[in-house]
Amino acid sequence: MLKILKYSFYDLIRSRWSYVYFLFYLALGFVLLFLNNDVSKAVITLMNVIIVLIPLIGTIFGVMYYYNSREFTELLLAQPIKRSSIFMGQYFGVAGSLTLSLVLGLGIPFVLYGLMQSNAIFDFSLLLVTGAFLTFIFVGLSFVIAISNENKIKGFGYAVLLWLFLAVIYDGLFLMSLIVFEEYPLDKFSLVATILNPIDLSRILILLKLDISALLGYTGAIFKKFFGTNLGFLISLAILLLWTILPILGLRYKAGKKDF
Amino acid sequence: MTIEINNLHKQFGKNQVLKGVDLTIEKGNIYAVLGPNGSGKTTLIKSILGMVIPDKGKISVLNESIKKNWKYRKKIDYLPQIANFPPNIKVKELIGMIKDLRNSSSEEEELIDLFGLEPFLNKKLSTLSGGTKQKVNIVLTFMFDSPLIILDEPTTGLDPKALISLKELIQKEKTNGKTVLITSHIMQFVEEVADEIVYLLEGEIYFKGSIEKLLEQTEQANFEHAIAAITTGSHA
Repeated sequence: MLKILKYSFYDLIRSRWSYVYFLFYLALGFVLLFLNNDVSKAVITLMNVIIVLIPLIGTIFGVMYYYNSREFTELLLAQPIKRSSIFMGQYFGVAGSLTLSLVLGLGIPFVLYGLMQSNAIFDFSLLLVTGAFLTFIFVGLSFVIAISNENKIKGFGYAVLLWLFLAVIYDGLFLMSLIVFEEYPLDKFSLVATILNPIDLSRILILLKLDISALLGYTGAIFKKFFGTNLGFLISLAILLLWTILPILGLRYKAGKKDF
Repeated sequence: MTIEINNLHKQFGKNQVLKGVDLTIEKGNIYAVLGPNGSGKTTLIKSILGMVIPDKGKISVLNESIKKNWKYRKKIDYLPQIANFPPNIKVKELIGMIKDLRNSSSEEEELIDLFGLEPFLNKKLSTLSGGTKQKVNIVLTFMFDSPLIILDEPTTGLDPKALISLKELIQKEKTNGKTVLITSHIMQFVEEVADEIVYLLEGEIYFKGSIEKLLEQTEQANFEHAIAAITTGSHA
């Protein structure tokens, strides 16, 4: 598996898109720091961009890579390599190179600005960690979608739809249900609903670490009580991890049964 | 026995591609798997390679069942039908990569020389023409020393000189005692290289035997006509 990972990774690192992605984050980091002049504020703005953008890029990159490397995958399948190793290697190659672009692209401007001396370093690291999680989750989901659909257009469609659902529609439904059932106690419901969506979970996780949860009112207090403690934090990370593992298992299962 | 296939079935959706194929491939011969488009040639080959998972039936390669097994592929050199490689890497890197992945000794220099690929070694694969890609494909297949060689449409895009080299290469492997399995639509090529013909029709083996036997059975004077006749069933 490591050999496949190595080659997928090198292949991607050398492709133009990795650079574009890297340069985008680099520019974003510098611009935000220049405009905000404050590391903490830049982290908040960055969160809003990242939380939507990372899943989108992860989804599109994952689907694109899978379909583009189909013939090469076939070449590998005829070699004495275990099937699951091929797909795991490719998956970690894509997710790894995207994460690297993210960490380097954002890391360089912040470190140059003096992140190490500021107390925002933990918030910033949390941002990068959740960003990495989101990358792995969405690349995994997109690989599962791509491997289940022979038709490229269909695969692309489903993948983008999934992103749209989790990034936009889910929040809308969530909000609507809060309004419809406003007469009932909803704190448990909203907690569970947040946990079920990796994008929401990441957002809340970062917001609460940034200590602006006072803005969130009563529900915010409940959230703070849950996520703010070490246990809540660990549970959230565990759920993100679960979100990462499930698509990987799905991918292994699908890869074992598919005809090429 | 190099390959043994028993009662192989495979269905894609509603389309039943293989309907109980029984086939034995003996060591040291060159076999040509022929049949009209959609007769199941590629599915059969891919089943042997474990790329297609059969619905029913058993396949063993060199006395080893291939189910849930991947190590047996070390004994197979496979040339896929469409040569499409990662565009961002160079020819030299691709060769190095496959060598690294297979982890076995290889003799690529001679082959690179034979097909005149030196000027392309440092070029990216996306810049190569179809024929040159096919030559790279051939080098990747023949550079290892495996007892079984499977070639899916090896002649695609080759110029006459490369075609002659390919034929010589196949004969050389035969004299080394290897088993070769070829699919092709170029009957002249098949006639020149193959010892045995396996004719697939609608997912079943319709004919298996030497070219002489085929000519005799179909009462035709030439191979191309014999193959055409077998499909219409005029010899029955």
